[in-house]
Amino acid sequence: MHAESAIREPLILGHKTYHDITNDIVGPIENKAPRGWYILITIAGLIAAYGTGCILYLIGKGIGTWGLNKTVDWAWDITNFVWWVGIGHAGTLISAVLLLFRQRWRMAINRSAEAMTIFAVIMAATFPGIHMGRIWMAYWVFPLPNQFGSLWVNFNSPLLWDVFAISTYFSVSLVFWYIGLIPDFATIRDRVTRPMMKKAYGILSFGWTGNAKAWTRFEEVSLVLAGIATPLVFSVHSVVSFDFATSVIPGWHTTIFPPYFVSGAVFSGFAMVQTLLLVMRKVMHLEAYITKKHIEYMNIVIIVTGSIVGVAYITELFISWYSGVEYESYAFINRATGPYLWAYWSMMTCNVISPQLFWFKKLRTHLGFTFFMSIIVNIGMWFERFVIIVTSLHRDYMPSAWTMFHPTWVDVGVFLGTIGIFFTLYLLFARFFPVLALNEVKSILKVSGESYKQQAAQHHHH
Amino acid sequence: MANKVIYAVYDDPEQLKDGARKLVSSGIKVKDVFSPFPVHGLDPIIGIKRTRLGIVSFMFGITGTALAVLGIWYFNIYDWPMNIGGKPSFHYYQNVPAFIPVTFEFTVLCAAHGMAITYLIRNKTLPGLPARNPDPRTTDDKFIMEVRTADNHGHSSEEIAGLLRQTPVTEINERQC
Repeated sequence: MHAESAIREPLILGHKTYHDITNDIVGPIENKAPRGWYILITIAGLIAAYGTGCILYLIGKGIGTWGLNKTVDWAWDITNFVWWVGIGHAGTLISAVLLLFRQRWRMAINRSAEAMTIFAVIMAATFPGIHMGRIWMAYWVFPLPNQFGSLWVNFNSPLLWDVFAISTYFSVSLVFWYIGLIPDFATIRDRVTRPMMKKAYGILSFGWTGNAKAWTRFEEVSLVLAGIATPLVFSVHSVVSFDFATSVIPGWHTTIFPPYFVSGAVFSGFAMVQTLLLVMRKVMHLEAYITKKHIEYMNIVIIVTGSIVGVAYITELFISWYSGVEYESYAFINRATGPYLWAYWSMMTCNVISPQLFWFKKLRTHLGFTFFMSIIVNIGMWFERFVIIVTSLHRDYMPSAWTMFHPTWVDVGVFLGTIGIFFTLYLLFARFFPVLALNEVKSILKVSGESYKQQAAQHHHH
Repeated sequence: MANKVIYAVYDDPEQLKDGARKLVSSGIKVKDVFSPFPVHGLDPIIGIKRTRLGIVSFMFGITGTALAVLGIWYFNIYDWPMNIGGKPSFHYYQNVPAFIPVTFEFTVLCAAHGMAITYLIRNKTLPGLPARNPDPRTTDDKFIMEVRTADNHGHSSEEIAGLLRQTPVTEINERQC
């Protein structure tokens, strides 16, 4: 068997057997949900219902109900889109990139991070959909044979690249997630006794047997999907950044955007994973699997990506001055000192200064502080997109057109609604799906489990 | 003599591998192994060949690349070249940098979904199919080795069970088939 260095901290605490792992994860699915779950899903469901109402109102009335004007003609819609897509980057990064690097700590968190990814990408995809105004013509984004003189979509446009990038990313993440879920659904199927549940999980598990050849194929599929999902993750947010970088608006027309957006996405994605997991591990008693070490590893990713984002902000500032382009410099001076300086400095504080606190080991292993920081980072990353989009637009080449952006209740309602829908979906996932990858966690039990590591260490000494 | 299936139940993957090695070195064929997670190093012992799914994925991937190149050439170069800011639009090779992102995404799309569908079909795991593992505990914490007398004509079921008992097996179950 593969031996692991005694210096590495155990990833599964206490003395667990394979059966204990099944019990700990499947038990909460079989039993009644705790009262807290009903309270949370009621709150999330109400916000989701209000948001759905706002979306329907928007579709009925048109995007004139948003606070857009002739100068700021792109604001919260695209901010929210980029924010959600960014959040949706952590799941596949954890499951694909960390799989390629053989990081065992990913196994306890990849399932819920991927679920979060899928729900976040659904929320992101909502925005371009409703932003079209006439959503019933959404199929026009695909190259379909048509009667308009055979008019095709424009493959030169980053907006079309986005269509392909987001739909590929969403569907590949979904398949990757589901293929990992099949063996775990089989575990639930073989364990539950209530006929309805047995039937439901029987259908979901696709008749999985777990024989030797199936597992060989499973590992091959996981590895190849991880291999092709890795460049996919990087391509998706690069393409999102091209939406801005290929246009000629000062503040957007920057070659630094792709790596800067990708690291920002990973940064905010890990923050959202922290927000969700810190609550979930407490409520579902997963402290033995999602340990402090896991939280610390994720905080280290947050320091690294947060620092990359910080360097990117400063590089942008420097280049705007060094380029000697008057309009480019003005865009940045206006961001930092203009009427939107509150947004700019919120972004700088939340994204550049606050993650540096994680250099202190006490802080990055403190659960309450981590939770607080995860919220701060997500606020900061929302402001980043708001600053890039709105401050670059609101003062254009013609001062007579200068204006401010004021969101309407529909803007706010749609954004809050997507948060409500996201949390509703996540709570449903946490209630009915195996929240840890059972088969993966079991496979590292005898290598990284605390009691097995201690046994191995004792064995070594005698 | 009726054919029998013998299920040897183990608690640990390493012990199961020892058992499989023992049987195979005595010239007995192990039909299959059912386990709650992949048992690394088992395949060469019981003679399972490497899967070709990686090749399948590559084939689907290059099909995707070819379709994307052909489609984009037809839509934006041959059928309806669009003048976008005067950029070259009459030859594929002049316009190709702008076509890379979609070509890449479509390659990944085809490679991933083609492989996933092949995987589900080859494993016979599709919605609505019934569970076919011999014992429900194999998805929880038991590792079960299946040996068929039909595959091992020189050995009686007693002989095989005797060999298995020399390994740390926890249960031996026999069934007629």
